[in-house]
Amino acid sequence: MSLDPITLSVIQAGLQQVCDEMDLSFSRAAFSPVIAEANDRSDGIYAADDGALIAQGAGGLPVFVGTMQYSTAELIRLIGEGRAAAPEPGDIYIVNDPYLGGTHLMDVRFVRPYYRDGKLWCWLSNTGHWPDTGGAVPGGFSASATSVEQEGLRLPPVKLFKKGVMDEEIYAIICSNIRVADQRIGDVKAQAAALDVGADRLDLLLGRYGDDTVAEAITELRRRASAQMRQMIATMPEGSWQSVAYVDSDGVVDEPLEIRLGITRVDDRLRFDFAGSSPPCRGPMNSVLATTLSSVYLAMRHIFPEVPISAGAFEPLDITGYEGTFLDAHYPRPVSGCAAEVSQRIAEAVFAAMVQPLPDRVTAAPAGTSGNFALGGHNAERGRDFVMYQLSGGGYGGNADGDGLSNGCSTIGISKAPPVEIMEQAFPVLYHHYALHEGSAGAGRTRGGFGLDYELELRNGNAKASFVMDHGRFGPQGALGGGDGDVNKVVVFRDGESYVPLHLSKEQDIPLESGDRVWVRTPGGGGYGDPLERSAALVLEDVRLGRYSIDQAADLYGVVLSDSVKADGSGVPTLDEPGTEAKRAEMRAAR
Amino acid sequence: MSGKDNRSDGDLIGVDVGGTFTDLIRLDQASGAVRLAKVASTLDNQAFGVMNAVAEAESDLSRVALVIHGTTTTTNAVLERKLSRTGLITTAGFRDVLELGRRTRPQPYGMKGHFEPIIPRDLRIEVPERMDYAGRVVTPLDEDAVRAAGAALLARGAESVVIHFLHAYANPDHEIRAAKVLSDIWPNSYITMGHGLLSESREFERGVTAAVNASVQPLLERYVKRLATELAGGGYGGELLVMNGNGGTVSASRVVKEAAKTVMSGPASGVIAAAYTGRRANRPNLISYDMGGTSTDVALIRDCRPSVSNEIEIEYAMPIHVPMVDVRTIGAGGGSIARVNEAGLLEVGPQSAGADPGPICYGRGGELPTISDANMVLGRLDVGKLKSVPGAVGIEDIRAIFQTRLGDPLGVDAETAAAAVLRMATTRMAGATRMVSVSLGLDPRDFSLFAFGGAGPLHASALAGELGVPEVLVPARPGITNALGCIVADLRHDFVRTVNTPLDAMDIDRLGEMLSSQAAEGEALIRQEPVRIERIEVTHSLDMQFAGQTHLLQVPLASASMTAADIKATFEEVYFNRFRVRLPEIRAQIVNVNTSVTGRRPEVDLGGLIDNAGRAGSVAAAQTGSRPVWFDGAGADSGWQDTPVYAREKLPLDAQISGPAILEQMDTTILIEPQDSAVSDEDGNILVTVGSK
Repeated sequence: MSLDPITLSVIQAGLQQVCDEMDLSFSRAAFSPVIAEANDRSDGIYAADDGALIAQGAGGLPVFVGTMQYSTAELIRLIGEGRAAAPEPGDIYIVNDPYLGGTHLMDVRFVRPYYRDGKLWCWLSNTGHWPDTGGAVPGGFSASATSVEQEGLRLPPVKLFKKGVMDEEIYAIICSNIRVADQRIGDVKAQAAALDVGADRLDLLLGRYGDDTVAEAITELRRRASAQMRQMIATMPEGSWQSVAYVDSDGVVDEPLEIRLGITRVDDRLRFDFAGSSPPCRGPMNSVLATTLSSVYLAMRHIFPEVPISAGAFEPLDITGYEGTFLDAHYPRPVSGCAAEVSQRIAEAVFAAMVQPLPDRVTAAPAGTSGNFALGGHNAERGRDFVMYQLSGGGYGGNADGDGLSNGCSTIGISKAPPVEIMEQAFPVLYHHYALHEGSAGAGRTRGGFGLDYELELRNGNAKASFVMDHGRFGPQGALGGGDGDVNKVVVFRDGESYVPLHLSKEQDIPLESGDRVWVRTPGGGGYGDPLERSAALVLEDVRLGRYSIDQAADLYGVVLSDSVKADGSGVPTLDEPGTEAKRAEMRAAR
Repeated sequence: MSGKDNRSDGDLIGVDVGGTFTDLIRLDQASGAVRLAKVASTLDNQAFGVMNAVAEAESDLSRVALVIHGTTTTTNAVLERKLSRTGLITTAGFRDVLELGRRTRPQPYGMKGHFEPIIPRDLRIEVPERMDYAGRVVTPLDEDAVRAAGAALLARGAESVVIHFLHAYANPDHEIRAAKVLSDIWPNSYITMGHGLLSESREFERGVTAAVNASVQPLLERYVKRLATELAGGGYGGELLVMNGNGGTVSASRVVKEAAKTVMSGPASGVIAAAYTGRRANRPNLISYDMGGTSTDVALIRDCRPSVSNEIEIEYAMPIHVPMVDVRTIGAGGGSIARVNEAGLLEVGPQSAGADPGPICYGRGGELPTISDANMVLGRLDVGKLKSVPGAVGIEDIRAIFQTRLGDPLGVDAETAAAAVLRMATTRMAGATRMVSVSLGLDPRDFSLFAFGGAGPLHASALAGELGVPEVLVPARPGITNALGCIVADLRHDFVRTVNTPLDAMDIDRLGEMLSSQAAEGEALIRQEPVRIERIEVTHSLDMQFAGQTHLLQVPLASASMTAADIKATFEEVYFNRFRVRLPEIRAQIVNVNTSVTGRRPEVDLGGLIDNAGRAGSVAAAQTGSRPVWFDGAGADSGWQDTPVYAREKLPLDAQISGPAILEQMDTTILIEPQDSAVSDEDGNILVTVGSK
């Protein structure tokens, strides 16, 4: 090894910059709001020989943190086996097959070979979430699919661009199989142009430092990322920690799916053992292996954000025991729920185990659901059909540094929710409220954050409501003595009657007429530490602001408040200190 | 109009209050003579610092024609949440919008975060009323409920109030009526309507903007009055103009109504000064680069116009959606800390030593190596100045820390480690700068880097080299650029109107009328100001997209009466230049119709910023000495080189200097790298040609 650490540091920053510029270019030029606004995309650089992750954009969606190295590796394998065409300069492959290192069908990957002096030097790849890839329901999130064919069009790796020119025939086949195809050309061009930006920037970097130096740096950076992760692991106590996390149901069979995880530190490596988790399920809550692995990686990155994203960082993590479980689904199992929901339960299992040895770093469980509510129907006022998505956040977990954030985005996402005003402009709905989910925060020395509470009404025409949410059966788990956050709740009011989905958080195609309403309350975050140790003044403050009720203060925290609030809302509750001391003593004694 | 300002012989005072220093420039318009002052800021009452600066510059306020002021009063109030007690009256069901935000977290990785809404929950009261997206009434406004809510907020101690209703941008009638009802019982004028500052959809952003406005209004008004009184007490009889974040000024009597527009006024002043200086120097395209102790501000200036954005977020989940100069902050400054991480790699920042303890060289107990310290180790900063501070540390102490903390783990000596710290800092700053400039499809060769702030001129050549920008412009007074921005700033009003219509469905005559009426409104506002202007300039632009996109691209219009075909062609060209994509398949859409109206104040001569009487007859005569400086170049240029040091203010106006050289002045140090050369121009700017040798 002759490279000095200074050159290494500079090249590392340079590779990161290439990816960040691809991310920026892709988002700004994209049409799909899921990409442009929600940043549901990722760009990176992958090794020529095995597809290993070299660098990935900092602003990419966390769930893609590991997946593209698997899809690139699968492409390399298929080319080697003669099952995919050999690459040439200017080619771009398109692939969305979940079982070839993917997530769900909507995440469409582009892979571009990058050449130096006529030799393949690396791969540039990106993923973008397309609004639709065909299938039983608009958007692809069928809660009741029982095979992948019902979820949409599945593409093996084929060259969408050949020597820089788009293959109009392949594109025509794609467009004939997806909804709202007319705008997809904008996303296709944006996704391809981002890879061009990456190639240009990489040219500059290699021109400046020399191909051999950069290649050597990549090898060394991978080794060092691995060393950094191992050093982080070495700060943990020796031991083994268990956790369990539940998915409410698979959407078809109304039984919870169990993720059983044991994490063991073996020297400077961590073993993640998923043995004993539920078998593959009939409905779409299966996970493909690439997504399962990526979920562990993204959880670890939430815990150790200082370790750069690279294949080296994942190398000391041994993930085992998934064979035969729903975390390693094979064709033709339906998988649309893996990227949005199952991935977050896997991350929750990692958090729940890792908070035991690392209580200062790790939080109690966050809401951990994307809260996907889809409404598709006919807008009578405009005389056309529509498909609407309301994605929502929830409370984050309490932690050593403070209370959890309220209405944070999903663990695997980084996107903003659309404003109510924009939703009402685009779709025939009227929101009755959009508020804090009062009382939802899990109790703890530091409490969870609060979830969201919204209700909307269909204003005209008719529509079908579908839900792919989670944590309806069990709330996000508390940590170190903290209580669970409140569960996710869905109520549909049809013709004046209230209806709760059979699977609580999942159901497809509930018919609505004008005037019907949907009421959703998302989970609060888990509490952290003993609630009886929480400062009574902070409990009083939450009651004063209406976030908790007076009864909750007593029941959850043993804090006794006198209700001096008058009917007109004036007056404030006051703390009964002797009463609180007595109540807390009584609750401790009863444990 | 006020008579005073029409005196061409009166003095102009520009004064900018920053976080550490209050800077002042006094310009005698008759003689062109300039006086400068730099005093400590008094952050509790910034007026004291301003008056101290006025005194230090020996200003005779009775001779002063105009005082133009940049203040951080509102910025600090927002960032530190030291706000006036403010209430919110809002649509039933939506009081938590300000607390819920847009469902985000502060960083992509790490599941922790904290957010404090700008108005607490018990001061947010709901009233029955509702519009739909088209501005049709769904629930009529309950005026009694507004009255009761107002009374309740007053009882809870609110001083100012926001009325923020859903879809008020589509129909403001309920907000206007509620404000009228409230004005009967509210004891002051601090009533902000949500649609008042910017009439666009997105209830969180509009609500936060209005809430910021209301909650800084009382603070700003008290401050401006206090300052006006102090100035009057000193004999000043003219108008006080206040800098807005859009880079224009507005009179003190009007500034309070739209107080939120003064947030970010400080960074805007610097960019305005850059644009002005660049125009005089015939450098219309600049990247302004202001590197200070804890952070670096970067902005883009094209054709002498700073980029303006309506979508600035001044911190996590704190959007202020009014037009503001698009200044991006990078977390790298002189105090940024260098460390070797667990992977054995060098990192610089984002942690900063701040002002206390600060870098090691401050002698306040700092023990971690920073960018400033690296400059000391390499002789780029004057080691002699180390002794001038109490608790002084020696250069050997700093070298020793570099050796043990960085050099040993990296396996190099202290100088190599220090040079690496600067290279890493340059790489990071260049990356962040690219994201807001050249990665937007611009050719770096069309730009000059305008370097200011205490540390900017020291790092500018290396940064320019990394970016591919061929030239660095260091203004005459890099340390007081913001105050200069105040003196040269024009009057300015911006108008944004949302139309959201496909171009081919747009009534082009109506578009022209819209633009013309916005221009007329701006002209009327400017003519009401008691300030002399030379002419009024109007620029129009459209925020456009292809139908179905969410991001916008600003498309400049040559006039208010362009044809649809011209607009389409211009948009497609701007789009191609940015993204290298053509999309003939998809319709173009107009989202916002923008007009900026600028009242140009008379030209200010910058020649006096450095007194020409003090200039030496030759470059040699301006040399004060030489010292060894370590350069991080290739081959023979690398390592220690004896480097001449010049007093910048003594350099002749026709000076030509070959690198390596150091130019020192009161508030900054300019480094000319061995491969660079520099000349001076008539305004006293130093122009460094990067890599010219």
